[in-house]
Amino acid sequence: MGPTRTLQLARRLITAPTVGPFIALVLTMVFFSLKTDRFFQAQNFSLVLQQVMIVGVLAIGQTLVILTAGIDLSVGTVMALGQVIMTKLAVANGVPVVPALLLGVLTCVGFGVLHGGLVTGVRLPPFIITLGTLNIAFALTHIISNDLTFTGLPKLELFWGRTFSISGTDFTYGVVLMLVLYALAWYGLNQTAWGRHVYATGDNREAARLTGINTNRVLLSVYTLAGLTYGIAAWLLIGRTQVGDPNAGQTTENLDSITAVVLGGTSLFGGRGTVIGTLIGALIVGVFRNGLTLIGVSVIYQYLVTGILVILAVSVDQFLHRRNG
Amino acid sequence: MSETPILQLRGISKSFGSVQALADVDFEVRDGEVMALVGDNGAGKSTLIKCVAGIHSPDSGEILFEGKPVHISSPKDAGRLGIEVVYQDLALCDNLDVVQNMYLGREERDWLWRLKEPLMEQRTAETLRSLSVTTIRSIRQPVASLSGGQRQSVAVAKAVQWNSKVVILDEPTAALGVAQTRQVLELVKRLADQGLAVVLISHNLHDVFEVATRITVLRLGRDVGVYEREKTTQQEVVQAITAGIPTKVAGIPTTAPELAS
Ligand SMILES: Nc1ncnc2c1ncn2[C@@H]1O[C@H](COP(=O)(O)OP(=O)(O)O)[C@@H](O)[C@H]1O
Ligand SMILES: [Mg+2]
Repeated sequence: MGPTRTLQLARRLITAPTVGPFIALVLTMVFFSLKTDRFFQAQNFSLVLQQVMIVGVLAIGQTLVILTAGIDLSVGTVMALGQVIMTKLAVANGVPVVPALLLGVLTCVGFGVLHGGLVTGVRLPPFIITLGTLNIAFALTHIISNDLTFTGLPKLELFWGRTFSISGTDFTYGVVLMLVLYALAWYGLNQTAWGRHVYATGDNREAARLTGINTNRVLLSVYTLAGLTYGIAAWLLIGRTQVGDPNAGQTTENLDSITAVVLGGTSLFGGRGTVIGTLIGALIVGVFRNGLTLIGVSVIYQYLVTGILVILAVSVDQFLHRRNG
Repeated sequence: MSETPILQLRGISKSFGSVQALADVDFEVRDGEVMALVGDNGAGKSTLIKCVAGIHSPDSGEILFEGKPVHISSPKDAGRLGIEVVYQDLALCDNLDVVQNMYLGREERDWLWRLKEPLMEQRTAETLRSLSVTTIRSIRQPVASLSGGQRQSVAVAKAVQWNSKVVILDEPTAALGVAQTRQVLELVKRLADQGLAVVLISHNLHDVFEVATRITVLRLGRDVGVYEREKTTQQEVVQAITAGIPTKVAGIPTTAPELAS
């Protein structure tokens, strides 16, 4: 690597879109460190990561969708449905664990395919489609579970909640999986032609199509992969809660996944953003929730804060979009 | 100039519902010439080239490439033949950089699906240099940060780098100032000098008369006629655009100076 290349790399790092979100994360952490001694501790960071794990994985799918100028409001309920199917099949229907998990994941993938099919085939706005499937998945979750919580789950379903220890601090395998998924998403978006086509389709669908990209196939792949991440998140959720709870994942996850993506610097107008930014955004959300809990702010105020955060982030996005034309 | 036109359209018709956008249109372009396609707004210019590019399929008529009938049903088909189109307003993706745009949809990749960035970067630099497009500071800057003239130059370079034989430009100077228009027109001339067949769609007759070899006039979806630049006047072409000229033998390049009074 010559000196000019090094310089270019340095410049690119400084102007990288993830710098803003990263500074926001550091400031948030400094704030809570000053407020309470209990924040800046390895064990607490490990806890934040575990809390971030679910939203973090959902936000990967959400990032893909938002990069194509879409949005997915159904992430939380689709995940909840996948989770209920996985646990009910294993516990109440005596299905072996591997097919039970597969069917749960496939259900989520199926929702992704449905979203992609409606977006490309019927050309409906993603907002309306996923508002519909949000309700469908919500209803199915309660119908299928009969509002029962499933316990006594097979070991494999609980796997991602298991921990390993690094110099006295416990980490779950789920956190490792989340990081691996981020690495894969980064590779796909930044190093492959597919990723480039996602960005092109999100920026200008018609231009991308005229240049010879099969934009329908790109959109279908995006929604399908997003569905896959919700399925994986469902399995992680079981690991985290250790039960199959029909009420889990249905309250904060939708908004949190969108908040993470937007805080991470991805534009709701499509075509601009990074998955690493989303990871940072998810961490900001996690740190906020964790910090507010530690300093004794009640849960209801956390809703207030996330609501304000997401509107702030969207305003910044809108401002930048107008400025760039 | 070669004998058979490299691209020839015969009797192309196309309707959108009740709107007849094209009616029995003939059109041709030869190697090494700039064929201008002019006409009022809504005359059917964009629709005609979209038929060539595989975006629309004509209701009737045939397309001959190098003298042989061809069926073009997608932009990829057109690209395989060596036909490239630079669309009005839709040529580039603003969020991608110059290299990414140049290779969009035709990326070079290895067996891991990984993009060969250095290769694409190098070839982009070569293509731009060969076309004397020298004002762009970094080929790694997003095209959103380029001037209008630079953007059009990149769009044109993108179209010609695939060993294309026919390059079609839809209103490439519509949004440009004087200096930038000049930059793009120079580029258009250079393409024809290099032996490419160039189709230039434009509203601006001044631009057209500066670079075109021949001029095809469309009016209300019909081709009014083909004029040789050397043997016609702006006045005559304006009249053809606005009033139309009644009788023409389709496909044969003629001029009708007696009507230009
Ligand atoms: N996709 C389309 N659907 C319906 N009508 C169209 C479509 N594209 C073009 N038209 C109509 O066809 C006619 C010719 O349009 P166009 O080819 O864009 O004209 P030009 O490029 O010469 O200004 C216009 O009346 C236009 O409204
Ligand atoms: Mg037009």
